[in-house]
Amino acid sequence: MDSHLSRSYLLVIATVSASALAYEVLLMRLFSIIQWHHFAYMIISLALLGYGVSGVFLALNRQRLTRHFPTVILAHLLCLSISMPACFLLAQQIPFNPAEILWDPVQLLYLCSVYLILTMPFFFAANVIGLSFYQYQQQVSSLYASDLLGAGAGSVGIIVLLFMMFPEKVLMVLLFVVLMSALLLSTRTFAQHINRKKWNSAIIVVAIGAMALLPDLGTLIISPYKSQNQFLTIPATRIIEQQSSPLGLISVVETKQMPLRHAPGMSINADVEPPEQLAVFTDGDNMSAITSFDGNLEPIRYLDQTTSALPYHLSSLSDVLILGAGTGSDILQARFHKVKHIDAVEQNPQIINLIKDRYADLAGDIYSSPEVTIHTAEARGFVMSSDKSYDLISISLMDAFGASAAGLYSMAENYLYTEQAIQNYLQNLSPDGYLTLTRWIKLPPRDMPKLLVMVSNVLEENYATDPAQQIMVIRSWQTSTLIVKNGSITAIEIAKLKQFCRERNFDLVFYPGINEQEANQFNILQQPYLYQAAVELLGDQYEAFIDSYKFNIQPATDDQPYFSQFFKWQTLPEIISLIDSGGLFLLESGYLLLIAALFQAIVASVLLIALPLWLWKHKLGIQSGSQQHKRVLVYFFCLGLAFLFIEIAFIQKFILILHHPLYAITLVLSAFLVTAGAGSYFSRTLSDSDSKLTIVVPVMMIAVLTITYMLNFDLIAAFLLQQADLTKYMLSILLIAPLGFCMGIPFPLALARLSQTQAELIPWAWGINGCASVISAILATLIAMQFGFSVLIMLAVMLYGAAAFYFPATKNDLQLSFH
Amino acid sequence: MLEIKQNPVYKTFIVSFILLLLAGNIEAADEYQQQRDHLVDLIKEDVQLSSEFLEKDRLDTAVLEAIRTVPRHEFVPGNQRRWAYKNRPLPIGFGQTISQPAVVAIMTDLLRLKKTDRVLEIGTGSGYQAAVLAELVDSVYSIEIVDELAKRAAMDLERTGYGQISTRKGDGYYGWESEAPFDSIIVTAAASHIPPPLIKQLKPGGRMIIPVGSRFMLQHLVLVIKDAENNVTTKQILPVKFVPLTGKH
Repeated sequence: MDSHLSRSYLLVIATVSASALAYEVLLMRLFSIIQWHHFAYMIISLALLGYGVSGVFLALNRQRLTRHFPTVILAHLLCLSISMPACFLLAQQIPFNPAEILWDPVQLLYLCSVYLILTMPFFFAANVIGLSFYQYQQQVSSLYASDLLGAGAGSVGIIVLLFMMFPEKVLMVLLFVVLMSALLLSTRTFAQHINRKKWNSAIIVVAIGAMALLPDLGTLIISPYKSQNQFLTIPATRIIEQQSSPLGLISVVETKQMPLRHAPGMSINADVEPPEQLAVFTDGDNMSAITSFDGNLEPIRYLDQTTSALPYHLSSLSDVLILGAGTGSDILQARFHKVKHIDAVEQNPQIINLIKDRYADLAGDIYSSPEVTIHTAEARGFVMSSDKSYDLISISLMDAFGASAAGLYSMAENYLYTEQAIQNYLQNLSPDGYLTLTRWIKLPPRDMPKLLVMVSNVLEENYATDPAQQIMVIRSWQTSTLIVKNGSITAIEIAKLKQFCRERNFDLVFYPGINEQEANQFNILQQPYLYQAAVELLGDQYEAFIDSYKFNIQPATDDQPYFSQFFKWQTLPEIISLIDSGGLFLLESGYLLLIAALFQAIVASVLLIALPLWLWKHKLGIQSGSQQHKRVLVYFFCLGLAFLFIEIAFIQKFILILHHPLYAITLVLSAFLVTAGAGSYFSRTLSDSDSKLTIVVPVMMIAVLTITYMLNFDLIAAFLLQQADLTKYMLSILLIAPLGFCMGIPFPLALARLSQTQAELIPWAWGINGCASVISAILATLIAMQFGFSVLIMLAVMLYGAAAFYFPATKNDLQLSFH
Repeated sequence: MLEIKQNPVYKTFIVSFILLLLAGNIEAADEYQQQRDHLVDLIKEDVQLSSEFLEKDRLDTAVLEAIRTVPRHEFVPGNQRRWAYKNRPLPIGFGQTISQPAVVAIMTDLLRLKKTDRVLEIGTGSGYQAAVLAELVDSVYSIEIVDELAKRAAMDLERTGYGQISTRKGDGYYGWESEAPFDSIIVTAAASHIPPPLIKQLKPGGRMIIPVGSRFMLQHLVLVIKDAENNVTTKQILPVKFVPLTGKH
């Protein structure tokens, strides 16, 4: 087998890399549907674990494998193609129920099985790439460039595929893409080195087998505990329509025997029943309803019986902005109150199409009515680029089509609820206009106290006013609504507020001049917790209150956009002591799941990557007394951490600019991968140089660029948001390009150096890098949650600095140290 | 053949076999009873530690006695029986669960039932909660929308000696008009709001309890109280002793 690298082989590497990345995104999508979106973290780390374990496998077996290189590669491609659908279908047969994990220890075993099964395809993909690095040591840069370019193409390709077909069908597409690349190798690149007939037959058998079996096996098994499946147990209930996109699987469900009657938060005094409705589920959960509307307001009177209806009773409103319009219940609420013009923002075009086209008759064509202008956009981005003023801006959780619905971007950042977002909303209010934020009631309260801190900070810092004069809060047994007025609340408004609450048995939580007796009358809490929190948080001692509150109610900011992170370490012992008596619900499990995922990733990478590498180091060619392998370890570990730190920080930051998490992920990821691929290709020209500058210059560039972007991000965002969409995308790519280019250099540069000095360490380096990446994906989110993106970026820069310091020695250095 | 049957050895064998079988049953019944006793002790302990929400320091003796009496293992699927007396929710199929015994005890206690009360349950599920209620009051009515669950629960209730409970398959939103009004209503089926017809079917002075949370994790309880003048209020109850502020504040 010669060591010449053909173009067709580079294409195969790009295809494998593209398929692996596409499969990773696809698994997140599939698990969001069959289970819950929390699995995104697990899937990132299991993908990287597959890469890490592959490093170990190759390091220990490289000689044997390279002797039969063409056969090994073809066999791996076949395994990869089959395992992508097969492992998913097998994993979904395991009766894993995350909700039971704290009750039933067997669930942990199920979880581990799912984890290990799904690692397999990534292991096969990584073996193909890693073994190629070793086989074609002299062309590492070209290989790495193909790898990155392929990954870039994969990240865009999967989004396109997910728009075109249902996710379970994409499994088949990936299988065939990899089979095609195997066919390319067997008929061209390896044609002289293998038994062509045998391999071509094998490929055809796999293809026919897949076509025969997959259509029957490829049905998704959705958890019976998701609300859609529970709803479907009602007689005469059926799915009448399904639409799929990367944003979610939307199912419209009709129930003939028992009306849906979806009216969350309706007052206990109400004596109305919602009209005919269709249920809409996103990813089998997050139910909302398409409500029948024929212009007659009486049937939708129930919408006036919720806490979010309050602003319509305080003043006459003529221009209203609804953020997160979903299936339209907030629009109907505004219509009920005869608002003249409504701007409604919804990010999922498929939801809009349901209301606008398919069910327009049932929904009374509300999205096309002259009073309503519908905008397909992400809410925060829309507000930031709008210069219009509104009498009311409303964000209500009634139709919960939030970002959390899609597993793709479940790293849980939320730019709708940050101090800067609240400032944007307030800037778009007309004088005496209202901002209303409605949240579900949690006991003990968490969301509302945090919102109060944020609103209070924004009002104090930007308007130099007394926040207590501009805030009203009410609650029912199910929801609470916070109103911020762009001006001081008047006595007339207070009188109307009291009347509104009295008629509906809603409790007053806060208004200027409230007293404690008023705060806990209809929906009685053991103590008026929310009132107490409001009074304290709007007073002088708010910092002490935040400190002593048992949940994290520190304000969310654009630098730490994690509104739903309520976990506080100090409270953990108390909650643990209450677990036996049913206190488990107090645990903010999202954050702990992340910690558990990190722990799992560390244990798995140590056991499966680091330990074997250590135990068999003599097999890896590590000479005792040599420091070279330690340099390699530190270098590739730092790179593994730093690359993903920067990538994740940029994805999160660009969500603000690109209006949509999906576009941010696609654009940022593909821009990084493609430009890093170019950087990698360019690094060939540097690999012959012994100068330390070859690594110092790109690292310096990375530091300068990231710090510049970080310090000026607000300015960049403000500038880009003024541009047209296409210009915005192009400029975003231009911003990322030089950074990605520089970030693509260090990895192949060091591999090239290793190929000149100690080629046997290449698979080892590949494994160490994989190990660091497993940890990095989760650690990046934890650091951003705890300390913010600025700290994450600074850490990445320091890690690149450390990498530069530990750059593998040259031949000359080694000889000098040896002597 | 006849000779064999009259053989004393054969007779002894048959009698011993029957005795063994009976002993096995008695032993199993005893074991279940022991497990139930243990479960009741556990619930008592837990509630004593965190009983603020009940506005008294222990659960009603009659409620605990009901938990001690009702054979929970008869209301769970065969593959879940070994966990029947663990203080945890268990899956019963159709995405439903049998509630955690402690939650059943607390919810039942919060209804403050009297022997003559009429109680309506929305969401029969396994039938266990209805059986516990039937230990405490004369008239229990229970509605379930899922066909299979409704049939299975009715059979299990009949089999375990709770045939006096009136069960029905159907939509619980409108309650059970012909048997209304009720002293208490327990809503275990998911609902986006409290159905107004149910509030109407509650007697003045009546109580309605609604658990809020997921199938496997209770978040809090909502107790709806209708006073003598038909005014309706709710109490939102955290089922553990937890205040959101540390002592220093």
